[in-house]
Amino acid sequence: MTQSYVTPKPSRPWRPSPREKAINISLIVASVFSAYTLVAVTEMKGKLAYFFVFFAALAIFNLIRGVITKDWMNGRDQFSSVIMLLGMTIVILPTASILYTVFDRGRRGLHAGLLTNDMSLATPSDPITSGGLLHAIVGTFLLVAVALLVSLPIGILTALYLTEIKGRFTRPIRFLVQAMSGVPSIVAGLFILSSVVYTVTKSYSGLVGSLALTILMIPTIARTAEEVLNLIPNDLREAGVALGGTQWRTVAMGVIPAARSGLITALILGVARIVGETAPILLLTGGGDAVNFNPAQGAMGSLPFYIWKSFLLGTEESITRGWAGLLVLLVLVLSLFLLARFLGSRRTK
Amino acid sequence: MSFQSKNENKEKAMATPSSLASVAANARKPGTNTLGTNALGIGLEARSVHAWFGKHHALANVSLDFPAGTVTALIGPSGCGKSTFIRTLNRMHEFIPGAAMAGEVLLDGKDIYEPGTDVTKIRLKIGMVFQKPNPFPSMTIGENVLSGLKLAQLKNANKDDLMEECLVRAGLWNEVKDRLNAHGGSLSGGQQQRLCIARALAVNPQVLLMDEPCSALDPGSTLRIEETIKELSETMTIVIVTHNMQQAARVSDFTAFFLADGGPGEMIETAATSQIFSQPRDQRTENYVTGRFG
Repeated sequence: MTQSYVTPKPSRPWRPSPREKAINISLIVASVFSAYTLVAVTEMKGKLAYFFVFFAALAIFNLIRGVITKDWMNGRDQFSSVIMLLGMTIVILPTASILYTVFDRGRRGLHAGLLTNDMSLATPSDPITSGGLLHAIVGTFLLVAVALLVSLPIGILTALYLTEIKGRFTRPIRFLVQAMSGVPSIVAGLFILSSVVYTVTKSYSGLVGSLALTILMIPTIARTAEEVLNLIPNDLREAGVALGGTQWRTVAMGVIPAARSGLITALILGVARIVGETAPILLLTGGGDAVNFNPAQGAMGSLPFYIWKSFLLGTEESITRGWAGLLVLLVLVLSLFLLARFLGSRRTK
Repeated sequence: MSFQSKNENKEKAMATPSSLASVAANARKPGTNTLGTNALGIGLEARSVHAWFGKHHALANVSLDFPAGTVTALIGPSGCGKSTFIRTLNRMHEFIPGAAMAGEVLLDGKDIYEPGTDVTKIRLKIGMVFQKPNPFPSMTIGENVLSGLKLAQLKNANKDDLMEECLVRAGLWNEVKDRLNAHGGSLSGGQQQRLCIARALAVNPQVLLMDEPCSALDPGSTLRIEETIKELSETMTIVIVTHNMQQAARVSDFTAFFLADGGPGEMIETAATSQIFSQPRDQRTENYVTGRFG
């Protein structure tokens, strides 16, 4: 039997009531007030004191509110919510602060020729509007591209060995990959310097810089790709094999496409690992001031090198240039990530 | 016997679900296949098959014939080795690390475990549908149906016709014909399972193994799949693992009862389905099919 009814107004009874909202706001106000008073009365000083006293007060007030309105359990629940909020703020504040500083100070170094000129004809004390960082952008692109070309296939094939073939060397290889991801970048740089530069090339170039970056990039890609491939259900592999596919075709047609967006994440993390890497670049690339499209020969600039050098030169103009370089590097990385995300999500709807 | 009369059987089966014996008595009699056995080969024979997982002896001494063009149901309580056995029949068993086996599985008289056998060719001839629907998530519905061809690098001039035929035979065509380019994952569970059946049919196997194909499905989808099974048995040999004895009684010609009594799983009894459900020889079979245990 169907009863006729009047459609009720949709409501959200789980949301805080106006009274609860008012209590929340008054607790925050009280916390601000006690932070202010305590810092004024006691010997604590500075922003950090305000910050921690505010959160301590907020946590205690919420604990008391929980105990009074409900019970001891609820008080603890409210208390830990505030502690988690504190944790989140501690994580986000420095990041936001760094981003703000880079954008604020880098903004002053921006000018029309920044992306089209290089530094070959500009001296450190020239006005900011002369010169630019085209050479550094080109260099960074080439260094990352060459490193990516080498490490992406090696990293993904390593991950495939660890997840699909599971051969006899799985354990030692997994151990080595984990150990490799802990290698300090300067060690990678020194290794290439002693094993390739001193013995074979006898000169700086972008290529040897890329080689050092490859050492840092492979473990990141391999580990991330391994985790992603492990998440692909075994059902899918069985489906492919049961249809008469060889293991290779099953992996190529079923497993890898299913893991596509995860593998792109692996690529992104790999690029993120090396794009701002400075130590091996300082040792190996020579860091020229002119645009150089040939990674195999000649000194090659790059954004981290440009930033390091600009700050080292110490004039007011060059420090501003350094901040502009930081800003460009950040924007570059961000847009690369967005592009990769876009490409990765385009077909998996 | 025509498809029509089989449908009537099914309706009878649904009408009296409490009486398994009467259902089985009405089920299709073996050996009534109109196509004859020549087109189907002589079928599949398991000879003294044992299976191990590491040191654990999971299955002991199973010998069972699957004559061409018949439907054989494997029943038994959980953990009795039914799934392990069905996976030895197309060499999916070896996919599990630490697995081992003994015995022979003969397809048209030839051992599929013989050294030098191309295992991918074996799996092309002996297809499999799994318990959990597993369409390829990165492919569209149409691509999923034809994925077997691509995986095994087979040529087929008339891909669209083949796709339609397989989807029709799996009972899915009407539901998906307007959205063949949607992703396989966008279908419901029952539709996904029928998609997996269509996918298995596209490579035209001689034998189709089904490991509890309906365990995750609603009654409507189950019914569709049972109809599909009956229809398919005209042209292929089918082995189905099921926990649903109604289903075994409805769709199969022969039934084999498996049981693990402390030790490895064994096959207790096999006979025509009507006999298993009406007058089983073994007391344990009778206890199981009458619901006294398990």
